[in-house]
Amino acid sequence: MTVDARDVRTAPASGAAPEPAPAALETVRAGALTTVQDLGRPGHAHLGVPRSGALDEAAHRLANRLLGNPEAAATLETTLTGCAVRALRPVRAVVTGAPCPVTVDGRPVPWGRPVRVPAGSVLDAGPAVHGVRTYLAFAGGVDVAPVLGSRATDLLSGLGPAPLGDGDVLPLGPPGPAPSPGTTGQPDAAPWQAPPRELVLPVVYGPRDDWFTAGALRTLTASSFRVSAASNRIGLRTEGPALERVREGELASEGMPLGAVQVPPEGRPLVFLADHPTTGGYPVVGVVPEPALWAAAQAVPGTPVRFTPAGR
Amino acid sequence: MTTDPARGAHAAATPSAPRTPERPASERSVPEQARPAPSAPGAAPRPGPPRETEQPAGTRQPGETEQPAGTAAGAGLVVRPVGRRGLLAELPTAEATEALHAELLRRRTAGTLPPVREIVPGARTVLLDGFADPETARRLAAELPGWRVPPPVRGGAEVVEIPVRYDGPDLAEVARLWGVSEPEVARIHARTTFRVAFCGFAPGFGYLSGLGEEYHVPRRSDPRTKVPAGAVGLAGTYTGVYPRSSPGGWQLIGTAPETVLWDPDRSPAALLAPGTHVRFVPLDAPSASHPEHDRAHGEAPTGPTTGPTTATAGTAGTTTATTEEGDPSDRRRP
Repeated sequence: MTVDARDVRTAPASGAAPEPAPAALETVRAGALTTVQDLGRPGHAHLGVPRSGALDEAAHRLANRLLGNPEAAATLETTLTGCAVRALRPVRAVVTGAPCPVTVDGRPVPWGRPVRVPAGSVLDAGPAVHGVRTYLAFAGGVDVAPVLGSRATDLLSGLGPAPLGDGDVLPLGPPGPAPSPGTTGQPDAAPWQAPPRELVLPVVYGPRDDWFTAGALRTLTASSFRVSAASNRIGLRTEGPALERVREGELASEGMPLGAVQVPPEGRPLVFLADHPTTGGYPVVGVVPEPALWAAAQAVPGTPVRFTPAGR
Repeated sequence: MTTDPARGAHAAATPSAPRTPERPASERSVPEQARPAPSAPGAAPRPGPPRETEQPAGTRQPGETEQPAGTAAGAGLVVRPVGRRGLLAELPTAEATEALHAELLRRRTAGTLPPVREIVPGARTVLLDGFADPETARRLAAELPGWRVPPPVRGGAEVVEIPVRYDGPDLAEVARLWGVSEPEVARIHARTTFRVAFCGFAPGFGYLSGLGEEYHVPRRSDPRTKVPAGAVGLAGTYTGVYPRSSPGGWQLIGTAPETVLWDPDRSPAALLAPGTHVRFVPLDAPSASHPEHDRAHGEAPTGPTTGPTTATAGTAGTTTATTEEGDPSDRRRP
């Protein structure tokens, strides 16, 4: 009963097939991992459905605001190597998140500013200069069929469209009017942020900090960890000292929040990101508040990580 | 950047130490006892999911509860902080957990619960995450112990029936572990009314409680790389039905060929949500053959279901997508 996710995207399995939106983008270079993302599908964790959604939510929202889209409009989230798409009709687009060289048909265009991509032209977001995840937004938003109210690709559960492949086509929604410059509150361009030298993650202790020794809590907040290359949309893994527990074994399964700092038996804390499992049995020593996770989305492997106590 | 961060975080739990009742939420507790792990830490495969250690569930009948009506939630309730906008309510028993979860849903429906993004039950906990602000989370944490929580309603609840063929490859092993014959395994399983204690692992996967501690089985020591969708498995005292093909370590006793556990195009997408009551209806009763089943599965004879197949909405079109990156081995993998 398992089907390829790409079939799901184009052919809903049951119910009346909605009229497919016309293809507006063709993937020329899919990159290492490019997914459709929006603000995710909150409210389904009790069914085992992760929230999902853009990891750098601020960059995703900003991209949509730059285009006059609703902030929930779907964008493309790339991973380290960017991606390139051909416009099959004229589109307005913007690139935010991890800074990268941006070109249209090979000619440099601004990063972080809306650009017009003529029909037939290729918008290329190159490899990230720093950071991990670049967002490509298009006026009208990527209009694949939503699943449980979201178009986001959930890599843990396999919900939403499959990661982009070369040659894949994507529909766009109807574009609204371009925002007029100078409108109050309307951004004109995204700031190009300097890469952080270290990732600082505030941690609110609990619910299971009592599973760890006092020394382990000192280790958590006084040691330098590094971002592991094994990190992904499910979680940010760390390398560093192990946290010593005062209890062995596992918890009875309990709900896992976004931002949970979970400590598996080998002791290296990992921070749950948008595609995290919704229940689990390893103790959560603390929780990183959501806004701090956006920076975690951009921390390349090897980046120093410091956890700072944020009370409980 | 493709490896699963929680690899090894799958599986299974040893029973947690008994909870200290009435521990103040703000008080960092000293562990009651340290328990040895059943196997070397991190050693794959782990023995099984968390057990219902505090509940002689095998002797519990529908309608029986451990709580008198209107028990204060504060009896044994521990409220733990979860970030700035969440809380974790921890309860001493599965029944108390079920009761509090039901009360939370009632209050949400009635509009008397502050808006919260997620209400996620666990084996002995209910997670509330995503209040509008920290003050709301703090206020509810303070109020929760004073709530009057009615006992769980058992009789009369709608029961989802899942037709199952008891033909799983681990049926003989489960029979050996239980000390009964294979047909008796099917009978015990099919006469039990289960309840979805919580979900996880994959969309639509429910951990079904109802079997007693005497029917505890470990996870397979050698997890399968591929378990087919619809496989009915046992681990710990839980039963589950795999919503889609995936790796898995549960002991497989049967197949539910007609039931679509998860269909995102259906409403509701998940057949099993926390609190849903479930019964398994044998498909392979030796009487009256069922041509449709024969045709579909090439086995004969097959019997009719003994009840309405309320669970069989849509046998076509289970379309849960798979993904390469989302290696489920990191989860508490059934």
